[in-house]
Amino acid sequence: MIPVEYYIILSAILFAIGVAGVLIRRNALIIFMSIELMLNAANLAIVAFSSVFNSFSGQVFVFFVIAVAAAEVAVGLALIVEIFKTKHSIDVDQMSSLKG
Amino acid sequence: MQLSETVHTGFFFLAPWLVFAPVIGLLINIIFGGRFSEKVIGTVASLASGASFVVSVLLAWSVAAGHGAAVTVPFLEWIHIGSLELDWAFRVDSLSTTMMLVVSGVGTLIHIYAIGYMHEDVRFKQDPGRFRRFFVFLNLFIAMMMILVSGDSYLMLFVGWEGVGLCSFLLIGFWYEMDTLGRPSWANSNAAKKAFVTNRVGDFGFLLAAFTMFWAFGSFQFDKVFEAAPGVAPGVIVAITLFMLIGVAGKSAQIPLYVWLPDAMAGPTPVSALIHAATMVTAGVYLITRSAELYMLVPQAQYIVAMTGAITALFAATIAVGQYDIKKVLAYSTISQLGFMVAAVGMGAFVAGMFHLVTHAFFKALLFLSAGSVILGLERGHHHAERAHAHGDEHGRKKGKHTLSKASGKKEESHDEHEVFDPGDMRNMGGLRKTMPVTFWLYMIGTLALAGIVPFAGFWSKDEILLDAKLHYPAVYVLLSVAAFFTAFYMGRQVWMVFFGEPRHEAAAHAEESKPIITAPLMVLAALSLLGGALNLPFEGFHQLGHWLEYTLKEVEALPLNLQVAGISTLLALFAIFLSWLIYGRNPLRAGQPDPLKKPLGFIFTGMENKWFVDEGYFAVIINPFKKLSQFLAEVIDWRFWHDWFHETVIAGTYNWLSNTALNLYADQKGIDAFANWLGTATQSLSGALRKVQNGFVRSYALSVLLGVVLILGYLIVK
Repeated sequence: MIPVEYYIILSAILFAIGVAGVLIRRNALIIFMSIELMLNAANLAIVAFSSVFNSFSGQVFVFFVIAVAAAEVAVGLALIVEIFKTKHSIDVDQMSSLKG
Repeated sequence: MQLSETVHTGFFFLAPWLVFAPVIGLLINIIFGGRFSEKVIGTVASLASGASFVVSVLLAWSVAAGHGAAVTVPFLEWIHIGSLELDWAFRVDSLSTTMMLVVSGVGTLIHIYAIGYMHEDVRFKQDPGRFRRFFVFLNLFIAMMMILVSGDSYLMLFVGWEGVGLCSFLLIGFWYEMDTLGRPSWANSNAAKKAFVTNRVGDFGFLLAAFTMFWAFGSFQFDKVFEAAPGVAPGVIVAITLFMLIGVAGKSAQIPLYVWLPDAMAGPTPVSALIHAATMVTAGVYLITRSAELYMLVPQAQYIVAMTGAITALFAATIAVGQYDIKKVLAYSTISQLGFMVAAVGMGAFVAGMFHLVTHAFFKALLFLSAGSVILGLERGHHHAERAHAHGDEHGRKKGKHTLSKASGKKEESHDEHEVFDPGDMRNMGGLRKTMPVTFWLYMIGTLALAGIVPFAGFWSKDEILLDAKLHYPAVYVLLSVAAFFTAFYMGRQVWMVFFGEPRHEAAAHAEESKPIITAPLMVLAALSLLGGALNLPFEGFHQLGHWLEYTLKEVEALPLNLQVAGISTLLALFAIFLSWLIYGRNPLRAGQPDPLKKPLGFIFTGMENKWFVDEGYFAVIINPFKKLSQFLAEVIDWRFWHDWFHETVIAGTYNWLSNTALNLYADQKGIDAFANWLGTATQSLSGALRKVQNGFVRSYALSVLLGVVLILGYLIVK
């Protein structure tokens, strides 16, 4: 059995990579992917603790998170497509004003 | 109890009608006079005054029937404050009824005369509408004079005193928009102002006397004051009597306040006769006589009063010698005769003073009214001559025309159109004996009475004063005798100049005699001037006036005729008349010739002519410094100091500084405004700062979220 610290460390590394990706990259798609990475880092941590404590509530949480993430991706990708239609770019730094 | 008995037996209940009769007369003339003819207006006014006279006679009879007991007729409550009780009460005794008889008697005659006089005067002055106003004023004067003589307290007396002063002002300034010759000017109204202001100085003295009296006695009522007077320190009485003397000097035209009376001749002649010769100006003499019991307590004050009167008598008599205006001579004569009276009452010879007051009222009213008749006669003659010229000399009329104006047109002289004819100037007269015979004889009677020739009224009264003076005050006797000499001289001069010789002006040549309505009252006055001496003949068994007044005045001295005094005064008078004949009668004055006295007397005559420069002196000593002072006060103190400096600089400046600098700049702008602005700018800068956070860059938001999470987690961990 792999000790839980390994999962936590992996999760933390993934999360940190996700954070860095969100903060550093300008491409909206990459940011999106970084966010997915952070979500999955969190999911990993949750299921790890779930197996440690023999509790299913963690796994139920993860399902919810995956479902919500899927919905979020759907909305986010739709927004990105629309932005690209108007701006011909998906650089988030160019989306600094509310006015289209 | 004796008092109430007499009230029931006599006519004392009529006393208020003394005042009401003339008041009703003036009200009728004010309200209905507009629809009345001149005759009706004059009749109403004369009847009102006559009613007063009838009441006076009834009151005098009642006093005599009651053996002279003084009666107080309470009429109205006036002022009641605490212990102060001032009522309008009439005091009817022998002294006040004497005054009432003189005032209403002479007053009624003058009312009748004025009907004729004013009828012509308003036409010469081209304003007949003022006829009514004149009689309203005249009735008001009678009412006020009655209040003066019938009041039961010094305060009631003062009410009348001020009232007659007002009437005097109104009547002197009757033709207020012209001078005595009818030219447009403020001369008449200035004369009225002068009279009023000078009298205010005197009234101030009267008020001080009244205040002192109230302080010392706690009452203004005659009897209470006289009762308490002996118990008060003599110094207080001296103060009261001397303050009162100032009032007397104002009203009765004594040195130093006499200057208003000659100017008061600006009023119509009946006014000069009634107010400024016969009645109002004698109010001061009445006041001293009324206050006899106060004056008797302080001989030093009596001496001052007597000397004031005597000096005034002589001083005014010398001025009268140098005057050319017929009324001015009589005005100075009045001052001089008032000096005689004041000297008499000052010496304690109250009966002599009152006697002279009565006879003087007769003969001086006669003289003034006759002078008015002369002036009217000359006006008529002047008109006559002017009309004759208008027909004969068309050119002269045309030349005269360009100076014609509304007011001065009637006085144009056809010889010299720039010189206005003065009907009152004795140098324009001469020879009126033939053209105005009635007036001449009346004037002669008045003159002889004034000069003090036996058996005219003036002789007896003046002689009594001289005799008293000789017995008690030799200095006064000398002064008065010299004054009597001058009196006879200036009256002689006047008669020679006016009635004898040849006419010096064509107006005098064409003078016409006055109508009977003017001469009839004069005849009554002439009879009184002739027989008035019988009131108080200085023989055993007579002295009627003395006995009559003895009811009111204690200790009356009945002096027998002193042949030495009488002889000296008569001889002096005759010598003076002879002297005046030598100078003015033997060689009558010719037109344009200067006064024959001018050469021998030189600068002395110039002094007399110019009233000893007293008016100029007053101007130099009092009025001009006063004007300078008021100018200084107005310009420097009030305007520059008070307005410019104090108000503008100090008050307005402080206020401006306070509002501009302190409140506006510091409190408002730098305090409240600054705070409000700071709130605004602070919010602005804060929002400016916050706006930088809200930059729209998604990644920076994400960074903030991260930082926030880190901070919260850090906090949770560290905690």
